[in-house]
Amino acid sequence: MSKLTRRSPSIEARSWLEPLPTMTRLSFRGGPEAVAAASRGFGLELPSTACRAASKGSRAALWLGPDEHLLLAPETEHESVRQTLLEALGQLPHSLVDIGHRQAAFLVKGTHAEWLLGGGCPLDLDIAAFPVGMCTRTVYMKSEIYLWRKAAEEFHVETWRSFTPYVVNMLADAAHECVA
Amino acid sequence: MRCRTTTGGRVNRAKKIQFTFDGRTYQGLEGDTVASALLSNGVHLLGRSFKYHRPRGILGAGAEEPNALITVIRDEARRTPNLRATQVEIYEGMTVVSQNRWPSLSFDLGAINSFFSPMLPAGFYNKTFMWPRSWWFKVYEPKIRAAAGLGVASTRPDPDRYAQQFAHCEVLVVGAGPAGLAAALTAAQSGARVILCDEQAEMGGSLLSERSAVVDGQPASDWVANAVEKLRANPRVRLLPRTTAFGYFPHNNIGLSERITDHLASPPAHLPRERLWQVRATEVILATGGIERPLIFPGNDRPGVMLASAARTYANRYGVRVGERIAVLAGCDVAFEAAVDLSAAGATIAVIADVRPAGSADGPGYASAKAAGLRILPNATALSVTGKLRVTGVQLGILGTDGVVVSGETVACDAIVTSGGYTPSVHLHSQSRGKLAFDSLLGAFIPAATAERTRSAGFSRGVTGLAAALQDGASVGAAAASATGFHTEVPGFSARALDSNLTGSPGALPQLPGSIPPAKAFVDFQNDVTTRDISLAQREGFESIEHIKRYTTTGMATDQGKTSGLNALGIVAEASNRPIAQVGLTTYRMPYTPVTFGAFAGPARGDQFDPVRRTPSHEWAVARGGVFEDVGNWKRTRYFPVGQEDMHAAVNRECLATRNSVGMFDASTLGKIEVVGKDAAEFLNRFYVNNWSNLGVNRSRYGILCRDDGFVYDDGVIVRLAEDRFHVTTTTGGAARVFNMMEDYLQTEWQDLSVWITSTSEQWSVVAVQGPKARDVLSKLTSDIDLSATALPHMGVTRGHIGGVPAILMRVSFTGELGFEVNVPAEYGADLWEAIYAAGKEFGITPYGTEAMHVLRAEKGYIIVGQDTDGTLTPDDAGVAWAIGKTKRDFIGKRGMDRAALKSASRKQLVGLQTEDPAVVLEEGAQIVLAPNQPIPFQMVGHVTSSYFSANLGRSIAMAAVAGGRAKMGETIYVAMPGGDIPVKVVSTVFYDPQGARLNV
Repeated sequence: MSKLTRRSPSIEARSWLEPLPTMTRLSFRGGPEAVAAASRGFGLELPSTACRAASKGSRAALWLGPDEHLLLAPETEHESVRQTLLEALGQLPHSLVDIGHRQAAFLVKGTHAEWLLGGGCPLDLDIAAFPVGMCTRTVYMKSEIYLWRKAAEEFHVETWRSFTPYVVNMLADAAHECVA
Repeated sequence: MRCRTTTGGRVNRAKKIQFTFDGRTYQGLEGDTVASALLSNGVHLLGRSFKYHRPRGILGAGAEEPNALITVIRDEARRTPNLRATQVEIYEGMTVVSQNRWPSLSFDLGAINSFFSPMLPAGFYNKTFMWPRSWWFKVYEPKIRAAAGLGVASTRPDPDRYAQQFAHCEVLVVGAGPAGLAAALTAAQSGARVILCDEQAEMGGSLLSERSAVVDGQPASDWVANAVEKLRANPRVRLLPRTTAFGYFPHNNIGLSERITDHLASPPAHLPRERLWQVRATEVILATGGIERPLIFPGNDRPGVMLASAARTYANRYGVRVGERIAVLAGCDVAFEAAVDLSAAGATIAVIADVRPAGSADGPGYASAKAAGLRILPNATALSVTGKLRVTGVQLGILGTDGVVVSGETVACDAIVTSGGYTPSVHLHSQSRGKLAFDSLLGAFIPAATAERTRSAGFSRGVTGLAAALQDGASVGAAAASATGFHTEVPGFSARALDSNLTGSPGALPQLPGSIPPAKAFVDFQNDVTTRDISLAQREGFESIEHIKRYTTTGMATDQGKTSGLNALGIVAEASNRPIAQVGLTTYRMPYTPVTFGAFAGPARGDQFDPVRRTPSHEWAVARGGVFEDVGNWKRTRYFPVGQEDMHAAVNRECLATRNSVGMFDASTLGKIEVVGKDAAEFLNRFYVNNWSNLGVNRSRYGILCRDDGFVYDDGVIVRLAEDRFHVTTTTGGAARVFNMMEDYLQTEWQDLSVWITSTSEQWSVVAVQGPKARDVLSKLTSDIDLSATALPHMGVTRGHIGGVPAILMRVSFTGELGFEVNVPAEYGADLWEAIYAAGKEFGITPYGTEAMHVLRAEKGYIIVGQDTDGTLTPDDAGVAWAIGKTKRDFIGKRGMDRAALKSASRKQLVGLQTEDPAVVLEEGAQIVLAPNQPIPFQMVGHVTSSYFSANLGRSIAMAAVAGGRAKMGETIYVAMPGGDIPVKVVSTVFYDPQGARLNV
């Protein structure tokens, strides 16, 4: 029989929203030694500062908790990333779990980005309080989201797949008055 | 427009606006409110009162208005009741109607309530409608509601959009009067982020009503315009006009309601009607000013009687004379200023009756009134008012030196303006749990200790005089900014204004000795509370102001005592011979003024009310007419009807097909947690009741989770994927709470364990393939998985490829049939569903929904946590004690369930029930009794937890929690129903294939 086809949540592109392609997502959990090893394996320093992301080329690591990072890489590198990480980690205690299908991602961008996210996220998104490179798990209205500021007017948003339509629709509602 | 002045005011005389009130067309000017526009047409009668249906006019000019509640209608769906006419801006073509009257405003049959008013005293609900008790909800309450009314809302869906926004700033300033503007200017020059909100369309507050005040050498209105412009130019400042700070929530979270399009004739489609702001401010400045108190005398609610400050605002700001011949009742010096301004606007001042002793009047207002030659009558009081739909005169009294009132002259007039002094608006300070202190000099309560990082400025904290208010605003603005780390100099302001003393004496005006006035003297206009109601409450023994408030309803509801609070205290204080400070003050509740439901709902309505989570098979099921049910936030297919099938027929067919051939079921909603680490098994040993150490890799086991108290909390199959890796499944509804409980224990109790958890609920899509032909179906979809019973026995797990993608295949069954659960990465789930359906076609594969799933598992006696358990059943009660790892030293709930009471043989235990009549399906939740004939009250021994018709067995089946149930096997007990008790036999919970032969094939 033919291989099953992959169907990603469909997110409509808009002037302020750019859907991101499927990607490799690994939930990495472990102590400082494992973090150091994972940094070698992943090819970039996993941030140890709370709520900060590090990126290099097409890879990124988001600090989500004292022992938790979200590792992002292109879809095509899924197996190689896993292998190099596992080799680097060896016997060090850690957890590496594939969550590539758990989440969908998109960019909220443009002059209204901060305003649109402020429509449902209670955090202070002023650039002074939420600078470029900051990331966190937070909420948008009633859904959990991950928020990572990649540029002054560009936020990377991750949602669990079944929550994606809800979050996008809510953002679109907030965008109603901005795009007219 | 006969009451419009020829010049002056802030209205745009070039822009005329037509609107209708109760069907009649009126003309107003741009900048008018409904109140000012109607007054400019000589209309004073705007509504009927809440309880007595008395004709009512306009008392105030802003948020304090208790009387003039109106309904604004844009169309049938856009009908907004209970708006204050003093706050609503007019627009071209606007439709306004009055409220609480029938058949018309000037002739209202409901006014008959006034004749019955002796029967409607304070607390009349409690006294009059005591019995029969059952009539309260059916008769009295609905009738009272209908008669004592407010406006009627539209019953159609609201077509407008409502937005919400979170905002953060260092300094939030509430109120853009002189103190608020000065505070905002100062805080803004420090570089801090500032939000300035004001409920009115224009910023400026009291300065907008000033005729001669000068600030920094400029006329007040010019200074306001410059100040607002300066703030607008600052990118760190957000100006929010038409925005009411309605609620002060913990940790400086302030709720603001912004009205965006209500004032527009044709609102642009892209704009929301309102926006609810949730502002988190480091520092809050409350510059909310004050509200004038009315004087209290018989007939003080007649249309044409209004606050002096309001009359002055209508004259100076809107260019409207509230009357041509006006009687001024002065309980405060500021009335003189009003009299002078009204006179300047062209009205005749019939008299200024000073209700204070001669010599009390003082200050520049008084001097200018004297200079203008206005007639001033000291030692006066008001005894009654003539005119019903509009005042025609006032009967004055004279207070003798002996303190006794004698009748005085009758003054003809078409308006009466009164001033009883000013009350600082401390509503928000009070909402923030701040304390209040009585300022005896001002005769009012002012903010004292704060509970939040909040500061009051200007008159809201008792600072009087324009220059002082500006300076206070600046100082407070600088201090607030400084407290957030932004420092600035305090700028100086110069100002010149009349600055009358704002002090008055709260309470009612003295009346003729021995007379109980036949006419009502109103304290709380909105709730129709009179001086007599308050006296009655006191006579009946209510001493605490909190009790008097609730008994009389004074200061309650949307008005929140804006004009009545201190006056009520004054009356209570005088009658009980206590100083006001001792009487105390009731708590101000939010909202400050009403907020629409739309604002609170925001975009959370319809499908967006709550996240709707859809499963991989959702679209497929929709296309085939699947019927859905809500399970938490998930939409799950309940059954898949074919043709005209009802649920019963569809479920029977789905159940039969699954046992006879093969069925498929979307199980993706189950919670999934990956537990990884060298201590993973030990963690699960401590967490679940079962033993996990002896579970082999690629094997699975049914797990039970308890809380500390030993009661069942969740369940699910747990798979050991590797020595140090488990795949835990939870119930659909329990996914989040089990994950949180795990993380909680890991972070707080068991930091010694080397183990981490990751939610994979949405990483995997799951299709359950169940039935004798399940193996045949799946064998068509894989080439690398050995599905044979020896390679993959019951509860075995294997990894390989299904449909060419990596899959975890579990041989598990919630039906009692040969069964598999196929897990593939979520985004393959939709196609997996369709592939299995296609592969199963030759076997007649039947998709089944949650309803058939429930029946199939009940036939086997498998429990559903949350349906067959209710948080009070132990594993033993639920019949799953076999799952407990007997050799384990400890696990969550072990000590809880070992308590003697939880081991009693008389506890409720899950059993099966079989009705005598196989066609009778019991009702879930029905109560169970041991014998049909008992004296009332019956002793109830349990309830039905699950009940279905089983097509496979050709009869009904049920499970129930019955006290000592397992010892009653074979006995007949009864299910109590309204139609009579139904005899049932206690049986095993396993109705189908008790040997489990069908599982192990």
